[in-house]
Amino acid sequence: MVRVKTISLPPTDRGEVLRYAGCRRPGEADRALLESCLSELGDRLRGRVCWDVFPVTALAEGGLDLGFARTGSRDLGRRLAECRECVVFAATVGLEMDRLIARYGGVSPSRSLFFQAIGAERIEALCDSFCVQAAEALERQGRGVTPRFSPGYGDLPLELQTEIFRVLDCPRRIGLTLNESLLMSPSKSVTAVFGVTDRPGGGCAGAGCAACGNQACAYRE
Amino acid sequence: MDILELLKRSLVYLDGGMGTLLQSRGLKPGERPETWNLTHPQEITAIHRAYFEAGSHVVCANTFGANSLHFPGAELEPVVAAALANARAARAASAGEQEKFVALDIGPTGRLLKPYGDLDFEEAVAVFAQTVRLGVRYGADLIFIETMNDSYETKAALLAAKENSTLPVFVSNAYGEDGKLMTGASPAAMVAMLEGMGADAVGVNCSLGPRALAPVVEEYLRRASVPVLLKPNAGLPREEHGLAVYDVMPEEFAAETAALMEKGVRLAGGCCGTTPAYIAALVERTQDLAPRPVEKKGITCVSSYTHAVDFGDDPVLIGERINPTGKKRFKEALRTGDMDYVLTEGIRQQEAGVQVLDVNVGLPEIDEPAVLEETVCRLQAVVDLPLQIDTSDPAAMERALRRYNGKAMINSVNGKAESMEAVFLLARKYGGVVVALTLDEGGIPETAEGRLAIAERILRRAADYGISREDIVFDPLAMAVSAAPEAARVTLESLALIRDRLGCRTSLGVSNVSFGLPGREGVNAAFFALALGRGLSAAIMNPFSAAMLRTYHAYRTLLGLDENCAGYLAFAAQDVPETPAAAPAAAASPQQADASRSALQRAVVKGLKDQAAAATRSLLATAEPLDIVRQEIIPALDIVGKGFEDKTLYLPQLLMSAEAAKGAFEEIKAALSARQGGSAAKCPFVIATVQGDIHDIGKNIVKLLLENYGFAVTDLGRDVAPEAVVEAVQRLHAPLAGLSALMTTTVPAMEETIRQLRAGAPWCKVVVGGAVLTQEYADRIGADKYAKDAMETVRYAEEIAAPLEKT
Repeated sequence: MVRVKTISLPPTDRGEVLRYAGCRRPGEADRALLESCLSELGDRLRGRVCWDVFPVTALAEGGLDLGFARTGSRDLGRRLAECRECVVFAATVGLEMDRLIARYGGVSPSRSLFFQAIGAERIEALCDSFCVQAAEALERQGRGVTPRFSPGYGDLPLELQTEIFRVLDCPRRIGLTLNESLLMSPSKSVTAVFGVTDRPGGGCAGAGCAACGNQACAYRE
Repeated sequence: MDILELLKRSLVYLDGGMGTLLQSRGLKPGERPETWNLTHPQEITAIHRAYFEAGSHVVCANTFGANSLHFPGAELEPVVAAALANARAARAASAGEQEKFVALDIGPTGRLLKPYGDLDFEEAVAVFAQTVRLGVRYGADLIFIETMNDSYETKAALLAAKENSTLPVFVSNAYGEDGKLMTGASPAAMVAMLEGMGADAVGVNCSLGPRALAPVVEEYLRRASVPVLLKPNAGLPREEHGLAVYDVMPEEFAAETAALMEKGVRLAGGCCGTTPAYIAALVERTQDLAPRPVEKKGITCVSSYTHAVDFGDDPVLIGERINPTGKKRFKEALRTGDMDYVLTEGIRQQEAGVQVLDVNVGLPEIDEPAVLEETVCRLQAVVDLPLQIDTSDPAAMERALRRYNGKAMINSVNGKAESMEAVFLLARKYGGVVVALTLDEGGIPETAEGRLAIAERILRRAADYGISREDIVFDPLAMAVSAAPEAARVTLESLALIRDRLGCRTSLGVSNVSFGLPGREGVNAAFFALALGRGLSAAIMNPFSAAMLRTYHAYRTLLGLDENCAGYLAFAAQDVPETPAAAPAAAASPQQADASRSALQRAVVKGLKDQAAAATRSLLATAEPLDIVRQEIIPALDIVGKGFEDKTLYLPQLLMSAEAAKGAFEEIKAALSARQGGSAAKCPFVIATVQGDIHDIGKNIVKLLLENYGFAVTDLGRDVAPEAVVEAVQRLHAPLAGLSALMTTTVPAMEETIRQLRAGAPWCKVVVGGAVLTQEYADRIGADKYAKDAMETVRYAEEIAAPLEKT
């Protein structure tokens, strides 16, 4: 059964926002702009998540059957190697974030950039909160989790989005839609998979920059 | 008997859940329930029949997701035909004695509409229209639009229903725990828009149980003048043995739903988790309940995609600044398609505190219907205020109203027969509050009684079109006192007469009164105060006038409309002193030119927009506009640009400087457009985010910097078709085009755009950028240049433009 949850977002990690905005050594003006954007944002974001649990079966011919879809992704295969089940979830902070980014697109691109960075930090924070809560619940059952992994990471194809949206019914559950180019709207949204292991431990926080092969990325931590 | 007749006489019972019942009968997760119309007709018919047996008057055919996006081509018709046949078969087989109806059920498409999604509004209307036409063909008794969680999509569906059938239409939205739709609309906003467009019943379904939905339902009951419907879930689901189980049982569900029926809900059923047992319990519990009459609420209100604004005793401020009349800079923006300028005027007025924005783009040399439609679409993407659409061209009015996401103000109608015919037809179709000017074929009456007589005639004519009096706001016309000494007095008397005799709301364009006089602000503010005293409900005014705002806030405080004077105190805290700012005036003196010259450069480098504008204004007193650009702004930008390239400063600082430079350029442009034929722009540059991609931050940054460096940038926006890029490049004979893409999935669209540019505009150099692009990608798709950031694009553009400018 697909479940839905509204999650109150944790306080903003300003350092993380500044990193997403490309400020390696933020000055006073950067910080002032950030504060002004945060105050305009206020509490208008709603974190919404929907998810379901699926069986994980290794296929004889290689690849995985996730119950709702099959994938030949080796990267995901490695991450789910010890799991008989996985959690597939979709999360969004909603359309207000897109509206703020667009509002200042032509008027003040620096503001728009900061809202974009705030959105990036917020959706990651939402995913982290959800994963921590899920890990705690599973730990009580003596089980654990693996780091979350999203379509488009490594060799996991973006096309998996279509299957995820079909099985989670994201538009109706959390107002999240997928367009023909496989882009999500609202844009500050994430879909991801994490494995459920048979012993407690592990953490399903994002694998972070370490999981990515792009060494030249300007945002690399 | 038809369903509307039944609804007048009694309570109407709807059906309950379908999806949950199908899952328990073996529908797999992700499988489309509508396919069962063809594969499992007996199962579907049995469920419908069980609802009729339980007492439902209306059963929704299994067509929730039956649209051409899910069932393309020839797949759709058999699905809808079978769905309605199944429901009708259930009706024929049911022994229930109540009146029984079959509804065509319409759910959301699952796609988000533009601008935040990629589904065009008219495309959405066309998708729903197909389903509606099939529903009519296969014998639906009514149309039930439900579970919509976006106001714009709801509008598209209702419009499609109205344009393609004469069946009754019920509209139901899905609200979250915060009492709003997923995309932000409040119940008041939805009621305003849907009633305005002629929905026969409005209401709420899905999401939550009846108790949790009560606040939303009560708001509907307070505001709706049509019957209110309710189809709640059976509470919240939990999982048992792999199936969803809901936590509210039939008796409890019936009791909580009945409580809302006692408060006035006229149609009730259930949504997810409810079964025929829930409907039977509800019918049983409410069989002796006398239906509460549906009363007219008489609320005058307009709405945006988030909220409604009421016209009552608390005056409404309508910003007048989006209007080219007498504004050279605004005219230039309209002629050159500089939409950012127009949007900025909207955002600034909102920040100044107006509640509605007037939108007028009437200029003889532009295509007003197209520009008005675009302006409305662009404005409603960035400003959540209701709009007042201001045009005398009915074609332009219709295009704008059609795309408007809410219930607009329509400015305006007058007492001339021709005007009433054109405007009332539009108001009846799209909804809206009509501003009615008290003039007719004979001109503007000189007496208040004469204006009242026209107002009465307009009300009668409106009633012929089914438009009720609360949807008319009268403007008794403020004329210049300098031309006619009695003008203001007659207008004020008219206000009072319209309020007292007709009980209608009023609006005035306040600023006209002082035309031809010096010190206009003071006259306007005094007239505004007098008009408010005579019951003025709304003023079309300049929100940048401190005198007007002082009058407004003082009036609200004096009449007790401002709780704890909170609005006044907040306003007073940031109210500007009346004496002109001292600093820029001092800087304007010639002997200080050197100081302000460096002041401009400093302001740009530090990213201080207001200071940059002020310094430019003072420099303009002594220097040529283009010299200021060459000697001050460009060198300052170069300092910042170099810092960015050397990584001594970062993107936000670069942008803040670019915005400061833009502030300076606005002053330069204003100075140039005050002269004839002046222009600062150099070569044309066409820029776009490619088709299928809706990200535009990077593109906007590049555009800003290019403009700073003097390029005439034509921004085609995001999700732009290759043909549109080629057309613009050809039309402008642009030597440069920039394309942006964020995702690997949209790089093919970029490649196609380049291919078409090569064929249709071989002279054009193409520079590409975006998160996913690399040099390798750029080479592979045949771009002339890969730019890793905005500065690199500028440098490349300058390189290409330099030889062109010498010739």
